[in-house]
Amino acid sequence: MFRRNGSQCVATFAIDEVRVLRKVAGEVVGLLTDGMDHTDPVVSRLFPDIYPDRPDDSAEFRLYTEGDLKTGKIDQAGAILAALPDGDEGEVRLDGEAAEAWLRAINDARLAMGTRLDITAETDLSEELETAVVQDPGSSRVFQLSVYAYLGYLQESLLNALPEID
Amino acid sequence: MALPQVAPLEAPEIEEAPADDRPWVTIVWDDPVNLMSYVTYVFQKLFGYSKERAEQLMLDVHTKGKAVVSSGARERMEMDANQLHGYGLWATVDRA
Repeated sequence: MFRRNGSQCVATFAIDEVRVLRKVAGEVVGLLTDGMDHTDPVVSRLFPDIYPDRPDDSAEFRLYTEGDLKTGKIDQAGAILAALPDGDEGEVRLDGEAAEAWLRAINDARLAMGTRLDITAETDLSEELETAVVQDPGSSRVFQLSVYAYLGYLQESLLNALPEID
Repeated sequence: MALPQVAPLEAPEIEEAPADDRPWVTIVWDDPVNLMSYVTYVFQKLFGYSKERAEQLMLDVHTKGKAVVSSGARERMEMDANQLHGYGLWATVDRA
């Protein structure tokens, strides 16, 4: 988890954390680079229609803006990959700009995972996780839910480690 | 929006953000993934709102399902919504 150290946000990651972060950031990059499928609910969530009731206006706006938006999202996921330790564990130190990129990228990853996991306003994450563990502790759903919960804590810790904006 | 533990939040009733007479608005919609603290951060960072105002808008989104976060010329609102999409918030543009 992140903490403040001078002007930087600093975290020490264990081997599993580095691997998980590398995996989720890589998956976001993959989702955005492999010819995006707009019928994929994850893509619709990351690139919402700006005019829900006016598809033509939304499409026109998308034409002019989606490329840059996509590049921005790939770059911010890339900021995670760039800052992770080369080995399997170690320290990550983020200046203001890198911390902002990490915040956005963690959020994109959480949005993608939350959409795939059908997270709703009523979802109780710990109950959901318990149920999944009872069904099959080795299942992919248990892993995905754990990573999703972990990313929430990590994002919150980074927000708390940032200097106050005011 | 969510807390990391997905605990339900007791939110006070807050009045609608004051509408003004400018023609277009940017609307942010509630979603179950974005952290409340993150949404507040984005409103402060992007619009330069005070922490109090940003928190109030965040709670409006959370309790009412949506909130007007900026208003003005159409192109300006499109830019705001596009930047909000960069942060992963669910934003749309509409006539005021």
